[in-house]
Amino acid sequence: MKPLEGLVVLEFCQFLAGPSAGLKLADLGARVIKIERPVKGEACRQLSIKDLFVDDSSLLFHTINRNKESFAADLKNPDDLVLVKKLIAKADIMTHNFRPGVMDKIELTYNDALTINPKIIYGTITGYGDKGPWANKPGQDLLLQSLSGLSWLSGKKSQEPVPFGLAVADLMCGNHFVQGILAALLKRAKTGKGVLVEVSLLESVLDVQFEAITSYLNDGGQQPQRGDVKGSAHAFLSAPYGVYQTKEGYISLAMGDLLFIGNTLGIDLKKYADKHLWFIKRDEIRELLGTKLLTQTADYWLSLLQKEGIWCGKVLNYEELNNQSFVKELQLKQTVKNSVGETLVTTRSPIQLDGEILISPKAAPKVGEDNLQIHEQFLNDA
Amino acid sequence: MKPLEDYLIVDFSQFLSGPSASLRLADLGARVIKIEKPGTGDICRTLYTSDLIMNGESSVFHTINRNKESFAIDFKQPKELEKLKKILAKADVVMHNFRPGVMERVGLSYDEVKEINPNIIYAEISGYGTKSELKDLPGQDLLLQSLTALTWLSGNQDDGPVPMGLSIVDMLAGAHLAQGILAALYRKATHNIGAKVQVSMLESAFDFQFETITTYFNDGGELPVRTKANNAHAYLGAPYGIYKTNDGYLALAMGSIPVLASLLKCDALLQFPENKFGLRDDIKNILATHLQTQDTQFWLDILEPADIWCAKVLNYKQLFAEEGFQVLDFVQRVEMLDSYTYKTTRCPIKIDGEYFTSTKGSPKLGQDNERIIKEFIA
Repeated sequence: MKPLEGLVVLEFCQFLAGPSAGLKLADLGARVIKIERPVKGEACRQLSIKDLFVDDSSLLFHTINRNKESFAADLKNPDDLVLVKKLIAKADIMTHNFRPGVMDKIELTYNDALTINPKIIYGTITGYGDKGPWANKPGQDLLLQSLSGLSWLSGKKSQEPVPFGLAVADLMCGNHFVQGILAALLKRAKTGKGVLVEVSLLESVLDVQFEAITSYLNDGGQQPQRGDVKGSAHAFLSAPYGVYQTKEGYISLAMGDLLFIGNTLGIDLKKYADKHLWFIKRDEIRELLGTKLLTQTADYWLSLLQKEGIWCGKVLNYEELNNQSFVKELQLKQTVKNSVGETLVTTRSPIQLDGEILISPKAAPKVGEDNLQIHEQFLNDA
Repeated sequence: MKPLEDYLIVDFSQFLSGPSASLRLADLGARVIKIEKPGTGDICRTLYTSDLIMNGESSVFHTINRNKESFAIDFKQPKELEKLKKILAKADVVMHNFRPGVMERVGLSYDEVKEINPNIIYAEISGYGTKSELKDLPGQDLLLQSLTALTWLSGNQDDGPVPMGLSIVDMLAGAHLAQGILAALYRKATHNIGAKVQVSMLESAFDFQFETITTYFNDGGELPVRTKANNAHAYLGAPYGIYKTNDGYLALAMGSIPVLASLLKCDALLQFPENKFGLRDDIKNILATHLQTQDTQFWLDILEPADIWCAKVLNYKQLFAEEGFQVLDFVQRVEMLDSYTYKTTRCPIKIDGEYFTSTKGSPKLGQDNERIIKEFIA
């Protein structure tokens, strides 16, 4: 059995951070019901990339919201609100990422929810916490990356700040939210009482930087310095760490014994015998390595280096990745199907339990697709 | 009350992925005992970054391993293994990130540990899964970023592959392992059964890219294209990016181009009444030139009141000076047994209004041997 079987989650969250957490809970076995406004539904349904839609919702929405149900309710309509409160009475977990104050207006704060259901686990995601001058700023991923110092860690020193090209603050926050909710379930199992779980995008994007920030806190306040050679990969790591262009394709070199790597490649790096130079002179060393690596193909170098046990690998793009045999071997794709039979291929949960991958053929719901069934099951008590 | 109080976790893992998971569980209240090799311990102890050594060991080790105990034991010796099994008999969770086969060789496979402790949660992180042809390769962050095409999403079009400048795949795998362990602990609490939990860095890197990989699966197989400059997301249109201003940088997330044209008084943008994805390089180019004419604050004062999503771009020093950061109380001071203290970050999760802080610093190798032997073995 899946670990969260039998648990009901009401998801008031929109966009990415909260719904990505709901997806993880769903894959772990919980029944996740999205509470959406009628007709238009969650805002992410209209947020598309490359204008890709499946039925009337964006592919993006479909990716984040598979394996969930939808209950359409207008929280500003008193009749609908009564129904939602009845659902809360039957639920185990509810989550939202409204800006501070929104739930106060409709009287669905944690304290309100507790009076309806004293065992409710109530999870909130904010951008920046609930106090201080940033509390009402928009909690948007790029803004969080920019404010938190993250954009100074990738790319080259002589370059502008380089953000991560994915919504890393949202996704890490979603992961932390899942951890908090699961820990709350354990707490509730002991106390029998409701639990409040709070995370914020800012704390999550700072937590991702815990190593870099701890260095900053203990090295006298030195800013991270990115290397200045193309393919620099980590502000704090010594040569050879980074990506290198070859005659055909790119390879990565992770940490390793520089002199041994030099010998294997046929470069004399004796003058860098002192390990401190691997950090201080990393640009110079990486230039030397880069010049040599340009003379042969990625495959040539990889077979040479891997034979010696040196940590290296090929840099793939999505097409090459998709053609790797492990995609099939590890069943990294799954096909989901919606209520009218349309299918789409997506990724699956990264967690395996008792040797089984966690998959589900259920696609994202249409707005209000499950109202009838949820009515019958939860709301029809006389 | 911390949610994981009374849980015992025996952690064989090294470096970042596994230890970052046990740090989270420790902060949530579990007791974590690191099992380390006598003499050297977790290899991370000597993995120095930017040459920063704190109290004789790497800053990275101190960051990841605070709030834990250390038990040094050579469990390849049969007699020592028997001692270790006495601890495992009392544990709720055992976790490791050895390459596939290592735990089996020393006699600590899931089945063997289950014999000692039938309801154990046995959790492991591998680089590439236990079944793929890559299973014996080193599970190292940069190599996983490279393999899973993550390097083509950041930076600009002509930059070549640009890795994310943090061990992001390690941290994701650690986060997913913590989730799997917590879910299994909940099942154990409600149904009294153990579990085997497995994650791999490869699958975690896929999950991280679930939006863009799903797009690739469904858009006819087009590769992501970063913009020529100011790229922040290969799949998003203008203005999404970071722009140089007269005195710093400005991040600009979304906004209709005609509205931006009028707010920023940038007439050149008026030729783009529709924000066509294919024209994003042209739009960004005009914005980049225009935004350099004034200071960051000048632009923020115009854009923020209009509810345009934007922010300044801070470094750590500037961030630490901001009240918005200070109110979080995100920095805590921890102390090692020998009284050495250092500052680090705290757990990002708040439960019932409580931040999970702990003053306990990282352990010296084997510092808890005596106490643990007395408690579990002697």
